Amino acid sequence: MGILLSIRNLETSFYTGDGVVKAVNGIDLDIQDGRIVGLIGETGCGKSVLGLSILRLLPRNAEIRGKVFYKGQDILKLTEEEIRRLRGKEVALIPQNPSTSLNPVLKIGTQIAESLQLHRRLPREKAWGAAVDILRSLDLPNPEKRAEEYPHQLSGGMKQRVLAAVGIAGEPSLLIADEPTKGLDALIRVQVVEVLRRLVLQTGAAMLIITHDLKVAAGLCDELAVMYAGEIIEYGPAEQLLSSPEHPYARGLIASLPGNGLKPIEGFSPSLINLPAGCKFHPRCPFAIKACTEEHPRLVEIEEGHRVRCLLVDQSREPEKDLFNWNLQKEVG
Amino acid sequence: MVRYIARRLLLVIIIVLGVTIMTFSIMHMAPGDPAEMIAVARYGIENLTQDDIEWIRRAEGLDAPVYVQYAKWLNHVLHGDFGRSLITGEPVLSEILTRFPATVKLAVAGMMVSLLIAIPAGIISAVKQYSLIDSLSMIVALIGVSMPNFWLGLLLIILFSLYLGVLPVCGYGGIRYIILPAVTLGTGMAAITTRLIRSSMLEVLNQDYITTARAKGLKEKSIVARHALKNAFIPVITVIGLQFGHLLEGTVIIETIFAWPGVGKLLVDSIFARDFSLIQGCVLFIAVVFVLVNLVVDISYMYLDPKIRYEKGA
Amino acid sequence: MSEVALKLRPQIQNLRQLKKNKAAMIGLIIILFFVFTAIFAPFIAPHDPYEQNLEKALLLPCKEYPMGTDELGRCIMSRIIFGTRISLQIGIIVTGITACTGVLLGMIAGYYGGILDEIIMRIVDILLAFPGLVLALAIAGLLGPGLFNVMLALTIVGWMGYARVVRGSVLSVKEKEFVETARALGAGDIYILFRHILPNVMAPVIVMATLGMGYVILAAAGLSFLGLGAQPPTPVWGAMLNNGRAFMRTAPHLTAFPGLAIMITVLAFNLLGDGLRDIFDPRLKEKKIE
Repeated sequence: MGILLSIRNLETSFYTGDGVVKAVNGIDLDIQDGRIVGLIGETGCGKSVLGLSILRLLPRNAEIRGKVFYKGQDILKLTEEEIRRLRGKEVALIPQNPSTSLNPVLKIGTQIAESLQLHRRLPREKAWGAAVDILRSLDLPNPEKRAEEYPHQLSGGMKQRVLAAVGIAGEPSLLIADEPTKGLDALIRVQVVEVLRRLVLQTGAAMLIITHDLKVAAGLCDELAVMYAGEIIEYGPAEQLLSSPEHPYARGLIASLPGNGLKPIEGFSPSLINLPAGCKFHPRCPFAIKACTEEHPRLVEIEEGHRVRCLLVDQSREPEKDLFNWNLQKEVG
Repeated sequence: MVRYIARRLLLVIIIVLGVTIMTFSIMHMAPGDPAEMIAVARYGIENLTQDDIEWIRRAEGLDAPVYVQYAKWLNHVLHGDFGRSLITGEPVLSEILTRFPATVKLAVAGMMVSLLIAIPAGIISAVKQYSLIDSLSMIVALIGVSMPNFWLGLLLIILFSLYLGVLPVCGYGGIRYIILPAVTLGTGMAAITTRLIRSSMLEVLNQDYITTARAKGLKEKSIVARHALKNAFIPVITVIGLQFGHLLEGTVIIETIFAWPGVGKLLVDSIFARDFSLIQGCVLFIAVVFVLVNLVVDISYMYLDPKIRYEKGA
Repeated sequence: MSEVALKLRPQIQNLRQLKKNKAAMIGLIIILFFVFTAIFAPFIAPHDPYEQNLEKALLLPCKEYPMGTDELGRCIMSRIIFGTRISLQIGIIVTGITACTGVLLGMIAGYYGGILDEIIMRIVDILLAFPGLVLALAIAGLLGPGLFNVMLALTIVGWMGYARVVRGSVLSVKEKEFVETARALGAGDIYILFRHILPNVMAPVIVMATLGMGYVILAAAGLSFLGLGAQPPTPVWGAMLNNGRAFMRTAPHLTAFPGLAIMITVLAFNLLGDGLRDIFDPRLKEKKIE
């Protein structure tokens, strides 16, 4: 299986009146054909920006640097017209916020058929029929009627499915699902996960799922990348990462799950304008040592396919004088 | 839908009633004795005796208490009798209706000029935000909004009628006569309307569903035409409706400058002639037309926005 | 209870932001220039605005008369300078009164609700049923000529916008927690209204008032153009424009300069008002970054 998407050192910054917001700070990520990669992190860590950066859908004040290789081609270097041809057809987005991501004055059917007409070159009547079929395959009840309706007439879960339909209409090789379960209640969430799982099975597409919901990630993903303050701080096979996370932040995330005791992580997420020096997590890290405030850790492979960005896990570094302290804290924490 | 319209109609009736009260009240703001003023208007100031004035007072019912006078007047109005002009003696309503078509022609022409400028300018400025076109059109619009329309009218007359001699200075006739007044009226309104259309478009273009449309790979032109315009169109209708008030205000002054025989000029002339029945009639008429047009705009706005249509309707 | 003090700090931040907005600063400078001109008119004007010199009638701009003379030989520049006093006077007084009235009625309507709200809002609706200038024209026309009548007419016609906006703001603010807290601590209605609610609804009012000044000056010019307002020989810009109509062919400068004065003044207020609006508007325009 080949590598479909390869991101190298992606940096995205926003120039605002309040300063430069560094949303994405040097991301390396690979997505293989047909695999599902999850991108987890808190709100405000830059994960949605990463998704939008890949497709270059950011507002004018954003600057994207680095390389994004899709099927071998650096798509950041494409012209506006060239990337437009990729969108929807090769790489598709399932956007967040179903309530605002659908055009309120167009019928549901129209919004899906539009993609079908554009990418599959279907004439209008056929496109409408195909749109209804897609809705049916996503388990939307009464799809013919729904297609004639407007977004505000549908529930949140239904709208999410419509967005999924829009996403797969172009038969893309890579789907980027941005927070597909945000704001939906537990029952609907399960249904949406089912839908997405079926999507991947049916179409064979690869998927990048951006979410803050660990359970969703656990249910769907092959690999997980944990993001913090614009960086990936841990990456590995989903099962492994969820059962034995290494990075203190990842461990904190797992510990904060309701099933594990709901232990919150101290402190607040950092401002993306004034990022801390050294390791970006050090102000909140219970294990932080002096080096963490100065040295920026690299992403280090601690075992096959499992990478962590933490000084304390980096075996190649010189053992610290306060290693003793660290060992002690590891017992306690 | 029907219930909503019914409720709006009820509100409109109350407002129109209030309008009649207001109009009636301002008439009585004029200092001086109305009976005396009518007498002077009718017979001239010489040879006027106190008896004449008293006779008129009784004949016109001016000795009755105010609310009785109002009730009588309202009753007449509802039967189409707006009284008679103190100067010409003609029925007020017929004077107004004779001139109404001229005002409508001017208003429609002005609105057309305004939209012809504002719609493309507003949309292009929004789509190409921060570009040179955007900055230029915003500066021009700002100047247009600040410029008194009567000054613009005079400047246009100086240029086109006096120096170039291609258009008539004023008057009513064929197309040549409507050009300058319509352009004066229209460009003033275009300045306001362009800014409103631009900001409405900008707001739409920043919405999430536009990002979704882009993510689908649609061409920018398609996005603007199919997705953005339809959404921007709805507040634009309200904008146009709001502009109608400015339109009416504008016609008053512009008709005066260009000697355009419309209701606006009638109002101004009647004010200076102290023709109270005519003043009253004009103000009432203009207000009622304004209220009705707003009602129509409200209903069509409601019809165009699917969300509201479903909330209120089927 | 230093909610007011807490509200002031953002205000100071806003002033700094205002300085960054070049257009608004230009507007402010022009306004200050006009205010200065109005105050020091007798010292700045080259001639007496009332002085007639029939031999020097209808002169084009020259060294002695930088803006030329009118049909009675009066210096147009001096008349425009003195006209500044009247324009600004009308603007300030009318805007001041309409804003205060509108804000007060809006607060009452929004805060107390019920029948008071209904009555006030119906009156607003009824007055708004008339196109503003038409009603002002009728009122000023009926009351007779004179500066006071024009100001009265514009005041009657101008307060409704403030009332509506303030009422809306009050409705959203009055449910907020700090109001509940104040009430629980025994604060009276008037105290709450003026120290808590008012500072929170002021932002749009300030913007409206600034833009409103421009609009009032424009409307007053229109009314004086039609012959109402201060009468000749008082120098009023709108009336000067009307005066110039008879001489458009031979002496267009009679129409050019007063109109220019009106336009620049209104432009200045629009620039400042737009700048203020840009600052006070919530920055929802920036896309959410997650």
